[in-house]
Amino acid sequence: MFSYAMKRILIGLMTVYAIATITFFAMHAVPGDPLMRAKVVNEVVRQNLETKYGLNQPLFVQYVTFLTNMLKGDFGISFTQQNRSVNDIIREHFPVSALLGLVAIITAALGGIVGGAVAAIRRNQWPDRTIMSLVILFVSVPSFVFAAFAQVGLAEIKKKFGVEILPVAGWGTLAHLILPGLILGLGTMAFLARLMRSSMLEVVHQDYIRTAKAKGVAPIKIFIRHQLRNAVLPVITFLGPAVAAITTGGFVAEIVFAIPGLGRYFVQAVQQLDYTVIMGLTVFYGTYLVIVVIIVDIIYGFIDPRIRIAGA
Amino acid sequence: MTLPRVLNYLKYGIKVALMIEVLFCLGFPSIGYSQLKLKTVTLALSTEPPNLDAGRATDSESFFVLGHSMEGLTRYGKDGNTAPGVAERWTLTEQGVVFYLRADARWSDGQPVVAKDFVFSWRRALDPATASEYSFILYPIKNAELINQGKLPLEQLGAVAKDDRTLEVTFEKPCGYFLGLTAFATYFPIREDLVQRTKDRYASNPESMLFNGPFKLTTWVHGSSLRMERNPFYWNKKNVDVDVIDVPYITPDETARFNLFKTQKIDILGLNKENLSNAQREHFKLRKFTDGTVFYFSFNFREGHLTANKNLRKAIRSVFNANQYVSRIVGIPGTIPGTGLIPAWLNGVNGPFRKEFPLIAVKNDIAMGKQYLAAAMKELKLKSPPSLVWLTTDSPTATKEAEYMQNLLKTTLGIQLKVDKQIFKQRLAKMRAGDFDIVSAGWGPDYADPMTFVDLFTSWNGNNTGQWFNKDYDQHIRNALGTVDTQTRMGEMAKAEKIILEELPIIPTYERTIIYTHSDKIKGLVRRAVGSDPDLTNVKIAD
Amino acid sequence: MSNEQTFSVQEITKLDFELFRPAIKEDSKLSIVRPSLSYWQDAFRRFVANKQSLFAFTLAHVLILFSFVGPFFWTIDPTYQDNTSPSTPPTLGRKAVIVGDAPTFEPKLAKLVETVPANSHTLISSVSNLRVISTPTTQRVLLEWDPNGVGGGYTVYRDEVEPLGDRWGVPVGDIATPQQFNFEDIQTLEDRLYYYTIVTKDFNGEETDKALTIPVQVLNAIDLESARTFVADAKLGAVIDLPAAPLGTDSLGRDILARLMSGGRVSLFIGVFASVLSVIFGIALGGVAGFFGGSIDTVLMRLTDLITGLPFLLFMILLKVVLNVGPGESGITALLISLVVLSWTGTARLVRGQILQLRNSEFVQAARMMGASSGYLIARHMLPNLIGVILVTLTFQIPSAIFTEAFLSFIGLGIAAPATSWGAMCNDAIQSLLTRPYEFFAPAIVISLTVLSFNLLGDGLRDALDPKLRSNE
Repeated sequence: MFSYAMKRILIGLMTVYAIATITFFAMHAVPGDPLMRAKVVNEVVRQNLETKYGLNQPLFVQYVTFLTNMLKGDFGISFTQQNRSVNDIIREHFPVSALLGLVAIITAALGGIVGGAVAAIRRNQWPDRTIMSLVILFVSVPSFVFAAFAQVGLAEIKKKFGVEILPVAGWGTLAHLILPGLILGLGTMAFLARLMRSSMLEVVHQDYIRTAKAKGVAPIKIFIRHQLRNAVLPVITFLGPAVAAITTGGFVAEIVFAIPGLGRYFVQAVQQLDYTVIMGLTVFYGTYLVIVVIIVDIIYGFIDPRIRIAGA
Repeated sequence: MTLPRVLNYLKYGIKVALMIEVLFCLGFPSIGYSQLKLKTVTLALSTEPPNLDAGRATDSESFFVLGHSMEGLTRYGKDGNTAPGVAERWTLTEQGVVFYLRADARWSDGQPVVAKDFVFSWRRALDPATASEYSFILYPIKNAELINQGKLPLEQLGAVAKDDRTLEVTFEKPCGYFLGLTAFATYFPIREDLVQRTKDRYASNPESMLFNGPFKLTTWVHGSSLRMERNPFYWNKKNVDVDVIDVPYITPDETARFNLFKTQKIDILGLNKENLSNAQREHFKLRKFTDGTVFYFSFNFREGHLTANKNLRKAIRSVFNANQYVSRIVGIPGTIPGTGLIPAWLNGVNGPFRKEFPLIAVKNDIAMGKQYLAAAMKELKLKSPPSLVWLTTDSPTATKEAEYMQNLLKTTLGIQLKVDKQIFKQRLAKMRAGDFDIVSAGWGPDYADPMTFVDLFTSWNGNNTGQWFNKDYDQHIRNALGTVDTQTRMGEMAKAEKIILEELPIIPTYERTIIYTHSDKIKGLVRRAVGSDPDLTNVKIAD
Repeated sequence: MSNEQTFSVQEITKLDFELFRPAIKEDSKLSIVRPSLSYWQDAFRRFVANKQSLFAFTLAHVLILFSFVGPFFWTIDPTYQDNTSPSTPPTLGRKAVIVGDAPTFEPKLAKLVETVPANSHTLISSVSNLRVISTPTTQRVLLEWDPNGVGGGYTVYRDEVEPLGDRWGVPVGDIATPQQFNFEDIQTLEDRLYYYTIVTKDFNGEETDKALTIPVQVLNAIDLESARTFVADAKLGAVIDLPAAPLGTDSLGRDILARLMSGGRVSLFIGVFASVLSVIFGIALGGVAGFFGGSIDTVLMRLTDLITGLPFLLFMILLKVVLNVGPGESGITALLISLVVLSWTGTARLVRGQILQLRNSEFVQAARMMGASSGYLIARHMLPNLIGVILVTLTFQIPSAIFTEAFLSFIGLGIAAPATSWGAMCNDAIQSLLTRPYEFFAPAIVISLTVLSFNLLGDGLRDALDPKLRSNE
């Protein structure tokens, strides 16, 4: 197990390195550069800036500098916020995204698994129909729309009745987390519910379930011990990358609810071609993703003992 | 990934876990301050100020914070004129200006603001190592440009602190609008000892800043909130009524801000066209002001671009209906449709420039447009109306604008517009490379003088994207730049503008109008096109 | 079977050949066995028997017909911008009044009766006799009033609801002199009821509370030339019927129903084609990775990590440059490539996970023991058992492809203007979601219906194809 994990981590490092390298060269190949502003920067100033950021060096030299600094854990100073380091940005904003993502993932996982399971057990009856209609609604309508309507609803209630159920926007308290977290998790929840329903349906008629029923095992026990455990595998597979994506990519929720998360910075950085921030966040996100995927592979073994991933 | 990095991530993990625990177990730290009847104005900003270093700031959010927390030699007065700031008086000549600083101007640590704080700040902004993007705005000062190019030492700058309270500025050439410039952020003073102490992190948080303006920044949580409080050392503090400027929300989402205002979480709200109906239904008190920006379509004059043909440009000008464009695309009623390059809010000699130098209104005329097109096709030896490349960006309004223009030119002239949609930086790259026929663009003023607009189309200006070069035009601008006599300056600039409207390197589309509202407790709010906006230093707060 | 080689010939000859007679073919008239059906025959039979699947099948066809055949019946050009009525809510009967070119507006100034002392605030009063000159239309509203001649001029306000106190709506005009007594409003007018207010300003240019309001019902205006396309003998001042807009028009005056049809062709094609491609791609890579395991698994799965880890917006920009999509061109190839590249990873992960589970299950082990080839194992044992997961991902790829297409088109990589798609219509309408929700609901509903039909189809197919469910009938 230990050697397997070490091997995976080593390969993971190589994956991150590849992600970083490809992104680095792609970023420089894209037209435009971080020093390009809406108003033309005077030639002298531009040269001064290029020297300051080392952009006047040959690309390969810049690449080597980037790698050396990355190994030291230093991604440099942002181009758009010239007195903040990329590390500061990650340190200050990732906890926010992570917290928001956590709420989203918990809602999505619980809602998805329970919803999907209920739909499967009550197949073609009203709970199934309701849940599946909601699922279709949540995947066919962009989450922004739910966010906007929820926010308007809250504002309307606050104005009409003077009661503040949840804050309209902002960050700082538990109440600020609930709505954005829920909205962020909606799409994932819908997919998980659908996935769960499908794999549950395959499981409910299996021989061992029938056997268990015949033996008089309590339905709830059958559900948890046999059905859930056998059906949850695709959910776990999907959940892994989803965790990574949600905790770093709550862009829409962050904008609509004025939340200082990392997702905004990533989108902005690409639009602004903020080289240092793009690289910092890509490497950070890549590392995070690789770790989550390794964990998922390890969890496979626990959920289904039949699975042994090669080399383990 | 090195071990320290792994540990770092672990640390974040623990931090997140702790945050959650704290949140769930201890309840939430209440953000409500025990208010001792502080007069607070609460705002939402659309983005966070990227850089509060006065020497390097370039954007309106930073200018808003700096405009309230810092003060230059002059400041923008209520009616857009310059008022005394740190300097209580001055003497302006063709050769330069001498500022006399007031004795009671102080930094937020109690030290006096002295002439050398300005000299240091300006030298620093011009220092190639600082790489300030707005350094060019200091170029009217003698030797500034050469210093910025690294060709002269910093000490050669034509700004000398004669003593603590006398600052002598020598001009490179006469500069009629210099007193307007000294209210601009790049001209604000900076304390040398502070910069030396904080180095690269200068102005990255309230602790690494000092303030000489009406307010001081007390908290700044990046991306989330900031707060400014009354500066007890400000010389004119008795005329400042607001105690606290609180910015607890930072979001570009218009609807979110609308809802925040509706629930009385913020005091000032700008309205986009989509929220305008709702604002009327909510009975908000709506006001308007112009933010100074002028929008236009810019034609490409580079080799091989059909738009270099004057008749083709005239054809497009003839079918363009600015009022319909405002109704369909801009959607803000009361917007001033584009007439010329110099917007209506700028002053000329004694009153509005537009009044003193009126323009002949252009009426849209499709039949005329078709004639111009026929002439253009003859000159260009074309058998059918040409197809042109329309460079635009990825915003909803830009998309709609492109589709509107595509339809307009097709139905009236038969010209096919090929829409080239690019993300912000890629659009800039294409603009700079001249890879377009027509591009929709806008220009916001750097200072309150028509020069900030007319300078744009000189052959030496890098922002002349279409590369339209006209000798007469250049000459008029040179004439205007060579004098401090307002009458001559304005006259020359008006002549230059006439050339623009005749030669049509651009088609002006509109001057941006902002409709906004604020809570009833704020009285006397000033909105302006240049400098820090909204200006809360002069407002009164009703109890 | 290679084992046969180990039997010696002698052993075989020892056997009594009498034991091996051909079996007698009995007439099984007593057939309690269901007809022997092949896997696919059985699947088809079950699919057709399922009402839900038939409904979904029909719905999918209705959507396809709507998009492809609809334009033959609803012949309005989806790119036609009707300047008379932008942003019209769904309506069957629109009317418009025919107007000519409006004369150029000239401010009218009253003669100053007497010079007023600068601080005679008591003389400031509201205007009187505020009235509308000629028919107020969306082309222009012309107001006149009797001026008071005192003060710093007027502000003209326009309100969509009845003013409340000093909340007069949107300031649409500033008049600098108190002598002027007319005003022309020509911007952003809609055919609705407005309340116009003239507020008198004091000598400092500040608004006073002296105001006069009138309601003005604005009518749709149409110019003579456009009107003649509907009514041959149209005359100035006449009111004519405009063609119905059953789903309304967008902010540029384009018919939403027509756009929905033309957008459907793009969205259905992209939604289905890109999804199927990406799922096939995902199944192939995930299947190979899971089935063969080892270093193949490592390489392929790290490749998925790599793709997931790359900042996709950046690569979309790069892809546009690399594929050299010129201005005004619809880069369908670029679009398909990016959609497939973006979305195969999820399917690949899921398929791989399932195959890992199946690979060691009893029936696969048994088949393997019996010497089944890899291809046979995958085709006969693995794929049918994967059908559930595959169909779920396929169903979900559809809305995601539709919206990704819209996003890519929005950043200039995809369908070029003036062509549109359902996703793009949704994105456009999101801007005005709260003011004109009908613009959003039309495309959102058809996207939901598409997802619904494919979801139910997927369910039906799964029920039909999944071997685990076969025994339950």
